[in-house]
Parts: sequence; C-alpha cells; structure tokens
Amino acid sequence: MKVGVVTFPGSLDDRDAARAVRAGGSEAIALWHDDADLHGVDAVILPGGFSYGDYLRCGAISRFAPVMGSIIEKANGGMPVLGICNGFQILCESHLLPGALTQNQGLHFLCTPQKIKVENISTPWTSNFTEGLEIVIPLKNGEGSFQCDDETLAMLEGESRVIARYVGVNPNGSRNLIAGISNARGNVVGLMPHPEHAIDPLTGPSADGLPFFTSILNAMVGK
Amino acid sequence: MALDTVAIAAQTPDQEQPFAALGLKPDEYQRIREILGRRPSSSELAMYSVMWSEHCSYKSSKVHLKQFGEKAPHSDALLVGIGENAGVVDVGQGYAVTFKIESHNHPSFVEPYQGAATGVGGIVRDILTMGARPIAVMDPLRFGPADAPDTRRVLPGIVAGIGGYGNCLGLPNIGGEIVFDETYAGNPLVNALCVGVMRHDQIKLAKASGAGNLVVLFGAQTGGDGIGGVSVLASETFGSTGPAKRPSVQVGDPFTEKVLIECSLEIFAEDLVVGIQDLGGAGLSCATSELASGGSGGMRVELDTVPLRDPSLSPEEILMSESQERMCAIVEPGKIARFLEICKKWDVTVNVIGEVTDGDRLIITWHGETIVDVPPRTVAHEGPVYNRPLAKPEYVDRVNAQVLDLPMPQSAHEVKAAIIKLISSPNMADKSWVTSQYDKYVQGNTIQSQPEDSGMIRIDESTHLGVAISTDANASWSYLNPYEGAKLALAEAARNIATAGAKPLAVTNCLNFGSPEDPGVMWQFAETVRGLADGCLEMGLPVTGGNVSFYNQTGDVAILPTPVIGVLGVIQDVRSRTPMSFTDAGLELYLIGETTNDLAGSEWAYMHNQRGGQSPIADLQREIRLIELLLEGQSIFAAAHDLSQGGLAVSIAEMVLHNNIGATISLDQEIGIVLLSETPGRVVVAISPDHAGELISLARKYDLAITKLGTTGGTSLTVNDAVIPLDELRTAYTQTIPKLFG
Repeated sequence: MKVGVVTFPGSLDDRDAARAVRAGGSEAIALWHDDADLHGVDAVILPGGFSYGDYLRCGAISRFAPVMGSIIEKANGGMPVLGICNGFQILCESHLLPGALTQNQGLHFLCTPQKIKVENISTPWTSNFTEGLEIVIPLKNGEGSFQCDDETLAMLEGESRVIARYVGVNPNGSRNLIAGISNARGNVVGLMPHPEHAIDPLTGPSADGLPFFTSILNAMVGK
Repeated sequence: MALDTVAIAAQTPDQEQPFAALGLKPDEYQRIREILGRRPSSSELAMYSVMWSEHCSYKSSKVHLKQFGEKAPHSDALLVGIGENAGVVDVGQGYAVTFKIESHNHPSFVEPYQGAATGVGGIVRDILTMGARPIAVMDPLRFGPADAPDTRRVLPGIVAGIGGYGNCLGLPNIGGEIVFDETYAGNPLVNALCVGVMRHDQIKLAKASGAGNLVVLFGAQTGGDGIGGVSVLASETFGSTGPAKRPSVQVGDPFTEKVLIECSLEIFAEDLVVGIQDLGGAGLSCATSELASGGSGGMRVELDTVPLRDPSLSPEEILMSESQERMCAIVEPGKIARFLEICKKWDVTVNVIGEVTDGDRLIITWHGETIVDVPPRTVAHEGPVYNRPLAKPEYVDRVNAQVLDLPMPQSAHEVKAAIIKLISSPNMADKSWVTSQYDKYVQGNTIQSQPEDSGMIRIDESTHLGVAISTDANASWSYLNPYEGAKLALAEAARNIATAGAKPLAVTNCLNFGSPEDPGVMWQFAETVRGLADGCLEMGLPVTGGNVSFYNQTGDVAILPTPVIGVLGVIQDVRSRTPMSFTDAGLELYLIGETTNDLAGSEWAYMHNQRGGQSPIADLQREIRLIELLLEGQSIFAAAHDLSQGGLAVSIAEMVLHNNIGATISLDQEIGIVLLSETPGRVVVAISPDHAGELISLARKYDLAITKLGTTGGTSLTVNDAVIPLDELRTAYTQTIPKLFG
C-alpha cells in the first residue's frame, strides 16, 4: 500500500511521517507541492512544519498548491487523508475540515509529551486503537487552539467526529479539549499532536502513535 | 551622494573619510592607505572596516588563539581544523560531523527576538556551508538577575527568538544552559551551537579557485538590515547614552533559511560547487574576500547585479549589509544550468554576480565603474593583529584570599531547607518553561535532550551510531581563576558526554569576555585560552574552532569571564546510552569521585552573596580515568548523572524528580560539605545490586574513590533524617521560572 507524504516549502516533519508510514508497514511516497500528480497513492499525509513560514495564516498559502487540488478532489471521493499539525491547519484552510487553529492560549510555542484520549476508532487512521484509549504523543505548535462556532461544535460532538481529546489541563485553549477531528465521512482526519514522533520510545515519549500508521494499512488492505 | 570610485580615490588623496565612525582606529586607516598606495574608496573603506572589526578579524585574540594549533593533541578524528567555517570530525562509518558555537550577544540585548533568532540562523548556515545537513542546535544563555526588569525584557524575547527560528528550521534543540548573574545585566549572552552531519566526501570549503568559474549569490535579497553589525555592535562597548542601535540588528526569515538549506543540500548532493561561503557577519565583504583569499586570489564582482530588497541602497551599504539567509557559491560554468534549475525548484532567488579571475585582486564594479580593487588577503586574512597589554587584575588575589563564611546545614530541618532553597533558586530550578518552547522531537533522531547531561542525536538509523554534545561554563570559577576555570569547564563538558556512554572526541568554544582594551580582561582571556589549550592537550581533544566575543561590558563593569566549552562525543549504539535518572526502585546509588571542601565559586556561596576563595584545581588525569570508567562500565549503569553546580544536593534531586522515583541516602561525613561542595570529577551512578562488585573493582582499577550513597525507591528524597516528599521537592523545583516569566 502506498501512502503519499507531501512536502511543501517549509514542511519539517515529512521525513518523520515517511518513517512512521514505513514503520506501519506501508510504502511512503514523497509528493511535491508543485506536482498535481498523486503518483497512484492510496492515502495521503500532510505533515507538520511551517509551510510557507506560516505567513499570512498557517496553511493559507499551501492550500493553493497544485497538489492540494488533486488531494481535495480525491478526499471528497473518499481517499484517506491525515493532516498532522500544520497539515491539520491546511485541511481547515482547504475546507476539508471545519474550524480553525488559532494561537495557543499561553501565547507560546509549546513542545511537550501530551496525553490524549482516542475517542473515535471508526476512521481509517484510528481503527487499530481501542476506543477510549489514553496515549502520550508529542504536542508541538504555536497555533494549536482549535476554534469553531457553537453550531459546528455541536455537530462535531453530535456526529462523534472528535477523534481525540486532550486529557488533563487544556494545553492550548482548544474548545472542548479537541485534539483532532474528522470530516463527516471519516476519511479525512486532522490531528494537532504528532503521532509520527511517537513510534519508538528511543526517540519519542512512547510508541503510542504507531497505530495511526498500522490502521491505515489495515484500512487499505481491507478494501 | 556621488559614487566614489577607485579612480576618484587616486585623484583625491586628501579627502576626509569617516573611518572612525566605521570603527577603524587612525593607525588602521593609515595601514589601509599603505596597502593600497592611495586612500581607499568609500566602498573599500566599508569592506576593510567590517573585516578588520574585532568580530571578524580576531585582532585582539589571534596571538592567544594560535595556542590551539601549537598545543593541538594528535587526533586522527580531525578532518578539518580551525580556520574554516566550522571544524569537521570523523565519527566513523564514513560519517563526518561538524559543530560550532557562536555568540550573538550584542544584537540580542538591542533586539532580543531578532538578535537571538539570527544567531541561530547564522550558526546553522556555518554548518550548512561545510556541506553538512544541520541536525540539532543548543543554546547556552546567560542573563542578569532573574528578577531584574531588564531580564524580564530580554529573556522572553531571546527564548522566543531561538524557538521561533530554530523550530521553523526543523532543528531539534537538545540542550544548553541558563545562568543568572548580576554581571550579565545589560550584557546577556546568547551563544548558539549547531551540529551537522555529512559523508566524508561531501565536505565543502570556502575557496574560489579556477579562473572562469562563476560567483553565484543565492538566497534572500539584500536589504538595509544589519549594516555594520559586526563593527558597530559586536566590537564596541555600549555606553549609557548614544544613538539607538536597532538599525544594526539583522531581521531573520527562518522560512527562507529552511528552503535555502534544502536547496543547498540538493546542490551539494549533485556536486555542483567548487567552494561555498555563507553570508553572515560583514555580508558580501566577508564572503567575496574570504572566498577569493582562500582560493587563488582573483575575483571580479559586478555589485549592481546583486538583487536588492531596497533599490535605494548604495554600493557601500550593499557590501556591508548583513541581510540573513544568503549564500555565495563558486560554480563551474558547465554546472551552472543545473544549479539554477535546483534554485528554481525551491523558488530561491539566484544571480551570477561575478567570476573567478587569474589575477590576485578582488575587483568590484558598480555599473561598469571600479569601486573596489584590493588584494583580498589584506581584507580577509591579513588584518591588524594586536598584542594588547595584559595585567592580572587586582581583584584576583584579594578574592582568592577571602575566607568563606557560609551557613552549613546540619540538622534534618536545615538539610531539607538547604535542598529546597537550592533547587528553587533561579539558577538551579527547572527550566522547562524555556525548553518547552523549543521543538526537540523534529527529525525523529533525538535520543537525549535537556535536562539530560548531554544532548544526543542518532545519525544512522540502521547502525544506531550517534553523537552527544554538551556545553558548559563555570564563570564563577573562571572569575576566581581563569586558567583553572577553562580546564574545569572542559572537564565538565567531557564528563557530561561520558555519563551517557559517549566517547569525547573534539572541542569547540565560545569565549565571552569584557573589553580587550582593559588589561585585566585581556589577562582573563589569555589565561582562559592557555588553560583551555593545555587542558585539550592533556585530554587529547582537539579544538576544532570557536568564537570570541569581546566588549561584553557596560561602562567599566565587565561580565564574568565566561568561556563556554562544547564537547562532542560519539556513541556506537544509541540504544545503549545511560540516562541521567533511574526508572526502577531497589537500585543502589554510588558516588564516584572524592568530595572535598570546594565551596568557593559554588552555587551555595553565590546564593549567600559570597564570591571569594580559591577555585578547585583541575585534575585532568583523574577526569580521564573517570571517563574511562564510565565508558567501560556503561553496561552496568541504570543511570549516571554528573555533579556540578549545586553539588550532590542538586544532582540527586534532579535524579529523583526526573522519573518520580525517590531515594534514600545516608551520608556519614560532614553532611553540609558532602551535599553542597562542588568538587569536580564526580558522578552519581545507579546500578542493580548484582553489579556492586563489578563497580567497586572498576573504581579500584581506575583509582577513583567510591562511596555507597543508598538506594532508589519510595515517594520522597530522604537524606539521613531529612525526609522531603517528592511532591514538595517538585513544587520547589518547578515553580520558580514560570512565576518569574510565565
């Protein structure tokens, strides 16, 4: 199975995401922002980083990259897409996911091992978790506070589209402690913390992030 | 202003020139006239003024720094030594590692965020320029008193600047130091270290050779920021009055730098450059003259082809601008098409601005008129050299003779109070309010970072090869005895590598001092360099490069002599490294190394406003034996943690808090000394009781004292009768910094 990892100018965690894809058993295919061809991948990851330096608004420029046109089209057709951190911001800017990520309540960049609870295991990115499992993976961003209007929040909660929630003290002021959400169909997932940095306790706080990458293999093989 | 050309300069020998305002002394200006046989053109004057500044020319330090070459130990590991942008060390398996520290002290005081940010940017480009992929950064920082108003201004800005730039580059920040002391008020120290990795055959050097090869400028456009930064900012003492210096601080754009890194690495991978130099201090003046001087000598540059962010800049300003995120490469004509193609892929601005010539002159033109015609070596490498007067300051004997009068804890109550007081002091308290603003996970190879003894990065995922780095300074000891202080900082940095199981290989340094025009400061500097060179020779560790920052003083008050020493080591299998703390109860804790009464220069003395007495004398043979013991015994250590500032009290508190597993220790000597003395050459290790015999015979083999302290486990730190619940200890440890800066 082939999982594409997009590199935008300023992407930082693209190599890490590719490593995690391989650790999860799939083949990682490097996709380039300026190339609309998805090279036959079965799923796509938009990695973390500071694409275009976060200029204008996080993800606002990347959303217009040629590769995003193809990804939006495929995502609307059901292809699994995972946006991590800056990738989540790009998905919101692309209107594949509702809401927006704003500056952390504490006003600082925050890098910390973060406990989150996986609340929805019906997506292709979370199927290998058990529901309600608490895991620890890195959170690292300056603009990770998830915000949306009340109606959207009610919809996300009502449709069980909150994929993961922060446990304990709210690290950034996200509404309802939201760490990740999905689209209505469940194939597009945005996640603020970084599972790709938690695939080996040697280099991360845990290996708790690995099931995101084994889940996608299962989801694609199962098709 | 009318263009001042070389021809006009030759015709108007008597025209007055603003050399003093550019930082040149009258005799230096006279020497330029002698070299050229005429007065310099205004562009030439601009180039000489920045390149002959203290920051670029090392004119006050050169006569001392040559000891690093003269006393260099034999080392098979050194691939590129002092003089290039950064030294390069062989770490085996075909990998070469390059690392260096630089200061960005003065800009960070003027404009904390941008000053610190561009400090990171500059050192990262130095590492990139060697052909290496940057893999991590570290930041040793020093500030005035933690509760001083100016510290509250500069610290948050500096930390945010380091984070803002480094995080955006995707470089894990794996360590550093934060120290508060009155002498840094008005003179914060921002030292930035970067480490990079490459294969042996990818090493690049700063030389322009091969007539007909092209001079290519790529990266950001040139703007009016940072004009004269090295001469005006870094080479002068701040007065209490005087004009605002903000226009001399550069403004960073980390996004452009990130793209420049990826673009450059792709260019290097295809072997498209003959030589390369980054544009840092002194901008184009430095890059063109150093490239030409490092090569055959001849170069012709059309300055009007430099892409500008501000079209109104004069040629002098373009030559002096320190706009960030720029690189200058020498490219064969046959490879230029591919070079331009890669720049286009990454949307990097690129221009051919000149070519290498047969001659031995650096000639720069502006719309066809010659504005610079100089022998490049006289600009880049043959600047003035000063053997400045030095004299032992009167304070040294006076403070050395002082006898400390410190309260020493004895009762359980006093022991507990002392530990709490130490661990909650700003210098000793938890710094995660700072380090949590830095990305430590990016690139996925960080094995250790703050608060471990050293930062450790995996460089090969399949063989598990890694490198470890630590930076250390003990300015209090350097103040009492700069010769020993330098050796002791070297020993501490090496020890901090070895506790994790890495073998020390090479040294870099950042020497932060007051004004070299003060004979007392110059004596401190000379003693420091002599100590470091002697120490490196004795420990067999070559100095690969470094940086000198003078003029860190306000009025007559200089900072403490602060040599920050960085040691790089190699570890064959990062999976086997020893962490600073234990994860199990029931382990035995041992102190390796002897404790004597070394309270002079200690944190305990500092907290009681006493800065007298005599610093310890470095016993580097004992340090070497300790390192050998740590490396040989690595497999039996569950944890190993260096003892330094704050002594055993702080180290044991850090160990129990790290994984929230307590310890019970009993000390039968004089408890205050054992807890608070900072005798160098000591490490606490945790081992399974099964290994006790092995450890004791290792200590015997290496002739080192060993003391059993106690065992791990429980929910408190218990020292004899003093019981400190971990929760209470944690509160004391973690509240200080957020309260001050949060």
